[in-house]
Amino acid sequence: MQDALLRFARNRLALLGAVVLLLVLTMAAAAPVLYPAGAFALAGPPLQPPGGRFLLGTDTLGRDVAAGIVYGARTSLMIGVVATLAAVVLGVLIGAVAGYYRGKPDLALMRITELFQTIPSFILAILLVAILSPSADSEIAAITLVSWPGIARLARGEFASLGGREFVLACVGLGAGDGRIVFRHLLPNCASPLIAVGSLLVANVILFESGLSFLGLGDPNLMSWGLMISAGREVLRSAWWICTFPGLAIVATVLAINLIGDGLNEALNPRLRDR
Amino acid sequence: MNDAFALGPPALSIEGLSIALPPGADRPHAVEQLDLKLNPGEITCLVGESGSGKSMVARAVLGLLPPRVRIAAGALRFGATDLVQADETRLRAIRGAEIGMIFQEPMTALNPLHRVGRQVDEVFRLHTDLSRRARRERVVQLLADVHLPDPERLYRAYPHQLSGGQRQRMVIAMALALGPKLLIADEPTTALDVTTQAQILAQLRELQRERGTSVLFITHDFGVVADIADRVAVLQRGRLVEEGRRDDVLRSPVHPYTRLLLAAVPRLQAPRRRAGNLGPPLLEARNLRKTYPRRGFGGSATVALDDVSLVLRRGETLGLVGESGSGKSTLARILTCLARVDSGEILLGGEALARLGRRQLRPYRRRMQMVFQDPYASLDPRQRVGDIIAEGPLIHGMSRAATRARVAELLNLVGLQETAAERYPHEFSGGQRQRIGIARALALEPEILVADEPVSALDVSVQAQVLQLLANIKGKLGLSMLFVTHDLRVALQVCDRIAVMRAGRIVEMGEAADVYAAPSHPYTRALFAAVPGAHWEQSHAAEPVS
Repeated sequence: MQDALLRFARNRLALLGAVVLLLVLTMAAAAPVLYPAGAFALAGPPLQPPGGRFLLGTDTLGRDVAAGIVYGARTSLMIGVVATLAAVVLGVLIGAVAGYYRGKPDLALMRITELFQTIPSFILAILLVAILSPSADSEIAAITLVSWPGIARLARGEFASLGGREFVLACVGLGAGDGRIVFRHLLPNCASPLIAVGSLLVANVILFESGLSFLGLGDPNLMSWGLMISAGREVLRSAWWICTFPGLAIVATVLAINLIGDGLNEALNPRLRDR
Repeated sequence: MNDAFALGPPALSIEGLSIALPPGADRPHAVEQLDLKLNPGEITCLVGESGSGKSMVARAVLGLLPPRVRIAAGALRFGATDLVQADETRLRAIRGAEIGMIFQEPMTALNPLHRVGRQVDEVFRLHTDLSRRARRERVVQLLADVHLPDPERLYRAYPHQLSGGQRQRMVIAMALALGPKLLIADEPTTALDVTTQAQILAQLRELQRERGTSVLFITHDFGVVADIADRVAVLQRGRLVEEGRRDDVLRSPVHPYTRLLLAAVPRLQAPRRRAGNLGPPLLEARNLRKTYPRRGFGGSATVALDDVSLVLRRGETLGLVGESGSGKSTLARILTCLARVDSGEILLGGEALARLGRRQLRPYRRRMQMVFQDPYASLDPRQRVGDIIAEGPLIHGMSRAATRARVAELLNLVGLQETAAERYPHEFSGGQRQRIGIARALALEPEILVADEPVSALDVSVQAQVLQLLANIKGKLGLSMLFVTHDLRVALQVCDRIAVMRAGRIVEMGEAADVYAAPSHPYTRALFAAVPGAHWEQSHAAEPVS
C-alpha cells in the first residue's frame, strides 16, 4: 500500500488533481464562514459583472455567484460521494454473490445487470427523480440505481477469478464459512480495481447531479452548479459569468477526480506498474 | 573421445559473455564472464536452478533479450559472425535458417489462428524460394520425420487440435526445417508429461545425430541431462562453475555446487523401509466417481475419477502417481472434501463424509489438511504470514492470544524465524512459502496431510529441503500422508505405498519397493522407463559414485 502511495505521488497529473480537489474540499468546508448568509441570499443589485464588490458577479436575482459556487461544491461533493458509496456497496454485493456462487444466482443477477445497462442511464435517472419528486435523497437514489451495474460486473469478474485460486481453496479446507472467505480474503484482494473505478465514478455522479439540477430536478433547497447554469442560460450573452463560473467549477472538479482516478488505477494495478 | 580430439571448429563460441540486468534487479549481471564452446554435432546442456541466468544465454544467442537487459561484454562467435555485433537484418537471416529455436511452452509457440502446416511452411517461405508444391512436400516430409502420425491430415490441423507432445514435435519440425547448424532448446520438455518427454527427447537426439546439428539445451533437470547431453555446463547465479563431458560431470563432479545439485536429485530406487504392520485404516475411499460436465458447445464431458477405491492407513505415506489429467489432483481434492464427488463414499475413521453439508463437515476438516502445489497462489497476498497460519485455529475457536504462541511454535517447526509472522508472503522465496503453507496445514493438528505436488514448483535443492522437512514433521507428529506427485523419483523416496493413476483409474497399487522392482501393469513399466535419467542411472548403478 505504501508502494502504491509512492507511485501515486510520482504521477504529476494525479498530484495536480489531488491539489485541485483539496481546494474544492476546503472551499466546501469553509462555505458557512465565507458566506454566512447562504447561497440563496440576495446580496446586491442583479447582473453585477465580476470584480468590484462581487468577486464573480451576481446573477439575475442579485445573488452572489461566488457564494453559489462555494455552496454548490458542498452539494456536488456530498451527492457525489454518497451516491458513489451506495453504488459501490450495491454493485459489490451483487457482483460478489454472482461471482462467488456462480451458477444460477450468477445467471439471474447478471441478466438483471444487463437489463439496467441497456436502459439509457440518464433518462432512467430523470424518470426516477420525477417519480420520487425532486430532493437530495431521490437524486442519490436515482444516481445509485443507474450507476451500480458497472461496479457489479467488475466485482463479479474479480470474485470469479479469485474464487478458483488455491488460497481460497486452502481457506475452505480450514473450515472457513462464506462470509469469512468473501470479506477476509476476496474483498481485500479486489480492493485495488474497485477503488480505482469507484473514484472515477465520483466524477460521473457529479456530472449526473449537475445534469439533473440543470433540468430542475435537483433539491430546490440546495444550491447546485447545474441549477446556476440553468438559471443563467437565458442571459448567457449579456451576463456570461453566471453560467461560466459554475461550468468551470464542474470541469475542474470532474477533471481533478478523473486524474486522481487514473493515478490510483495506475498505482494500484500491478499490470501497469514499472512503465 | 576426449577433449583433445576436437571435432573441428566450434559451432558456437561464447567468449567472456556478460549480460547486464536493469538497475534494481537482485544482481547487476544475469551472466558474468561466460566462456563456453559448443562442439559441432554435440548436445551441450546448460544446467542451473531458477535465476541462474541460463535462459538469458539462450536469448542472447538469438538476439532476443528482454527489454532493458543488454549484453555488457563478450562475443558470440557463430561461424564468421559475431552475433553480438550483428545488425538486426543479419540476425533475422540467421534466426530460423542457421540457428533454430525451441521454447518451453508449445502452445504459445504456435499461432492458434493458423493451420500448423502453414506455420511450418512459413519458415520455407521466408528463407527459401521454393515453389508452393515443393514447400508442401518438404513440410509433409518434415512432419513424417518427427514421427507425427498421418502428416497429410495434420498439415491441415489447428494447434488446439494437437496434444502437447504433438505440438512440441511440430515446433521441433519448424526449428529443424532448414537444417540449421545450431539448435537452441530452452526447457523444451518441461511442460510435458514424462512419457511424452521421453519420446520427444529420444526423437530430438535421433534427429540431431542424423543431421549433425549442434544443440544448446537449457534445462534444470539432471535426469534430462543424463538422457541427452554430450557435454554439461553448470551455471550458478550467472557464473559457470563446472563444464565437462556428461559422464565425468555426473559421476565425479568437481565443484561443490554441482555436487550439491546432484546430491539433491532423488535416486530412482525405493529405500529400504521398516517392515512392520501399519496402523488401522484411517481414510477410505470407496468407488468414487466424478465427471466434469462438458464445457461450452461441442465439448465433451471429462471422466476425472472412474470407480476409485483406496485406503490410507494410520502412519503411512501413500503416493498418488500419474501424468497430467490422470485425476490424481481431483482425487486429492475430493478426499479432503474440497470438491464434491458424484457417487461413492469417503470414510474418515469409519465416518461417512461424502454426503455431509458444509457446516457438518467442519469438525472433520481439521483432521485432514492440504498442502498445495503453487507456493505463490496458495497464500493470500494481502494477509500477514502470522494471520495466514492463525486462521485455522481462529475459525475453530482458539483465542487470539493463544494463536500467537501457536504461530511462533509452528514457524519454528517448519524452520522459519518467528519474525516471519509480521511479514507478507511476497517477501519470501518459493521454498519458504511452501514452508508457510505447511505450517498453515499443521496449525489445526491434523491426522492426515494431503500434499498435492508440494515440491514440483521448486528448484531441486529446495525440493530436497522441503521433502526432508515433510519427512521430519511426519515422524514427529505421527501423521498419515497422501502425497500426490508426477515425479516417480520423489514418490519412491517419500512413499511407503504407491498408487498409479491413469485416466481416472488406479491401475496399480502396492508397496513402493514392489511397484518399483516388479511393476505389474504395462503403464507403470512405461512410467518408470520414461523417468528422465533412468537408463543412465541403471547403466551406471554398478559403478562407484564419488
